[in-house]
Amino acid sequence: MNIQWTSLVAAALVLFVTIELVRRRQLREKYAAVWLVVSLLAVVLALFPKVLTTVSTRLGFEVPTNFLFAVAGLILLFVSMQLSLQVGRLEDRSQRLAEEVALLKEKLHRDAD
Amino acid sequence: MRCVSEDGPVAHERVLVVIPAWNERDALPSVLAEMREALPEVSVVVVDDGSVDGTAAVAESLGVRALRMPFNVGVGGAMRAGFLFAQREGFDYVVQVDADGQHNPADVERLLEVAHAGNDVVVGSRFSGVGDYTVRGPRMWAMRVLSWSVSSIAGTRLRDVTSGFRLSGPRAIELFARAYPPEYLGDTVESLILAHRAGLAIEQVPVAMRSRVAGTPSQNPFKSTLYLARAGLVLALAVLREPPAKDRL
Repeated sequence: MNIQWTSLVAAALVLFVTIELVRRRQLREKYAAVWLVVSLLAVVLALFPKVLTTVSTRLGFEVPTNFLFAVAGLILLFVSMQLSLQVGRLEDRSQRLAEEVALLKEKLHRDAD
Repeated sequence: MRCVSEDGPVAHERVLVVIPAWNERDALPSVLAEMREALPEVSVVVVDDGSVDGTAAVAESLGVRALRMPFNVGVGGAMRAGFLFAQREGFDYVVQVDADGQHNPADVERLLEVAHAGNDVVVGSRFSGVGDYTVRGPRMWAMRVLSWSVSSIAGTRLRDVTSGFRLSGPRAIELFARAYPPEYLGDTVESLILAHRAGLAIEQVPVAMRSRVAGTPSQNPFKSTLYLARAGLVLALAVLREPPAKDRL
């Protein structure tokens, strides 16, 4: 099996898993979008490896794989940043919900007495 | 609300108007007054979507019940709370009406008539010949492509899938209280696909829109393209998705 097949299978697998997770309602569009784009790009690169060589040479990379690693690193940075932001927002919201419940409970108990 | 049903002369149905409102203190009083005038027998609930201007207090001062979301959840999230409220309180029909006064309460009767003809979701359509509501340019094309796509999937000719004026019957309330999509575009496009895939019947009714009280819709071609791209993704994924399981939120 050559590298083209290996990368095509890997990219297709990521694409399949993403779609399947969305289909089963485990993954929301918001988070699926970036993985769909990445896996589609990976499929394209696996089918047309020339594109990778051309683009990386144009951008001044001596070795195309270095370009690939740089892009992969940036994407992962972007995704983890997005997730960190969302977690912060969720923490704020769950804190607020806990406060709301506490206030409602107090009111319920007061009204019951 | 009274109506003549097939098996009895008069059946009493409970209709709930749900008004999602975010900082609509100024527009709300006239909308609520008009609602009471046109539909005295109908219950109204305002879902205050995290307003900072006292929207809920304004509604309550006018004798209307209000749900206070603890933070802004968007129209879809606010409507889901409205559907859950309707289900718990035993309403038969939910009518979503915007807080800015662009929907005419008198049209609710027409939506109900179409629902009685055997439809679960009835959309008040702005482009079906009544009234002079128009949009131009890229926004118009974006809305047309969207309507065409949703119509093809749902197998019903719908001209205005982004309308915020809709009626949901008992079966739709059961589905939406559990699975109304709170995400971006979920309340318009995805909810229709969801309803169709759950086997519900969708129909449209031409309605006239009145001019918005405040704000102008975007006419930016870039924004329209982005909107369409996002809508396309939502649409594609909505088609792929399994209907939500009953035991899962």
